[in-house]
Amino acid sequence: MTTGAHPDREVVIIGSGPAGLTAALYSARANLKPLLIEGLEAGGQLMLTTMVENWPGFRDGIMGPDLMTEMRVQAERFGTEVLQGNVASVDLRNRPFTISLQDGRNITTAALIIATGASARWLDIGSDRKLSGHGVSTCATCDGYFFRGKPIAVVGGGDSAMEEAIYLTKFASKVIVIHRRDTLRASKIMQDKAFANPKIEFVWDSEVIDVTDLTKGEVTGVVVRNLKTGVKSQIALDGVFIAIGHTPNTALFRGQIDLDANGYIVTHGGTRTNVPGVFAAGDVQDHVYRQAVTAAGSGCMAAIDAERYLEGLPSVDDAVAVRPNATV
Amino acid sequence: MASEKVKTFTDGNFDDETRQGVVLVDFWAEWCGPCRRLAPTVDALASEFDGRATVAKLNVDENPSVPGRYAIRGIPTLLLFKEGQLAETIVGLAAKEDIAKMIERHLG
Repeated sequence: MTTGAHPDREVVIIGSGPAGLTAALYSARANLKPLLIEGLEAGGQLMLTTMVENWPGFRDGIMGPDLMTEMRVQAERFGTEVLQGNVASVDLRNRPFTISLQDGRNITTAALIIATGASARWLDIGSDRKLSGHGVSTCATCDGYFFRGKPIAVVGGGDSAMEEAIYLTKFASKVIVIHRRDTLRASKIMQDKAFANPKIEFVWDSEVIDVTDLTKGEVTGVVVRNLKTGVKSQIALDGVFIAIGHTPNTALFRGQIDLDANGYIVTHGGTRTNVPGVFAAGDVQDHVYRQAVTAAGSGCMAAIDAERYLEGLPSVDDAVAVRPNATV
Repeated sequence: MASEKVKTFTDGNFDDETRQGVVLVDFWAEWCGPCRRLAPTVDALASEFDGRATVAKLNVDENPSVPGRYAIRGIPTLLLFKEGQLAETIVGLAAKEDIAKMIERHLG
């Protein structure tokens, strides 16, 4: 392995959601002068939300975009350099690691923290993506406005689907929730809110197999199939909001670090990946909790793990492992 | 803060302003988070293409007619016009380099 070249940076962080910005905050306070590359969806998924009521410390809640602005300014205050741009490719096989940006610049770094998060998943039927921006959306807070007084559907049965459905009742005449099962996956509190809302109706055991009308270039309805009876039916609608989960943004790293069957980065001993010096935090490595606060927590862990790596210290994991035998 | 190189289009001036040359229009609104993310990119493109292409923004809250005409039901949306004809559409966020390539394709 050829090294020798002095890297441009000690720590580079890719991603600017709660995980990336918390990693930046901690790295900056450890005097590592981190560079944070924002990426296309800067600020992460919270930028697409309205009121966040489960971020500790804000008893009345805080608006998602406001929370992200605060996190960013806080990280910058301690010396984080934020770069607006997108990563085109990475080389994690040679050291220092090289990050190539879409504008052609290359940055080398001794340690890398991956916090690229996850993006909304589409239906995989083709017509939904083609009608994106013309009635199909994955962002209720962005596009709900265009459906005042109109009937729309939300596809999905989790917390995000219920949040979107409830939010969209502010605009739509009617919100039909289309779900593959006969029960919701959403938390009890969200289910109760959705069931109590007179504008929300449910279509159970059904999957969307087509969004019409491609020739018109706008949404006129959906075709659903009942998974129990096999019966197909058409529902006339003006809009379709898709809330069926997320896929991790790991295409950049495929073949260079270990991913699980669903494309999530595999971490062990805290936030370490299989490549020493590369750490992962937030939704890119977590398909279980997927909360802003857990993402932020793992961002903090990644910064501490990276700092220990750079100092040549045993990892936190090793430190914990030897403690029982240590003499006090 | 929008760059002074970015023009502001309205329902009133849209047809006149898009009639000639290559024109990129960013459909946006104050309450749209992703639109705020795209704003610095649009500003940068306005400077980059200054004198070669027009870069403009249209607020969909204040100007409902033009978005209706183009069946826009999601923002941000970028429409690219060449000599008054709609040439390309980008829905949602896009990288500056990709938008620049799209504009270049029509400058020829």
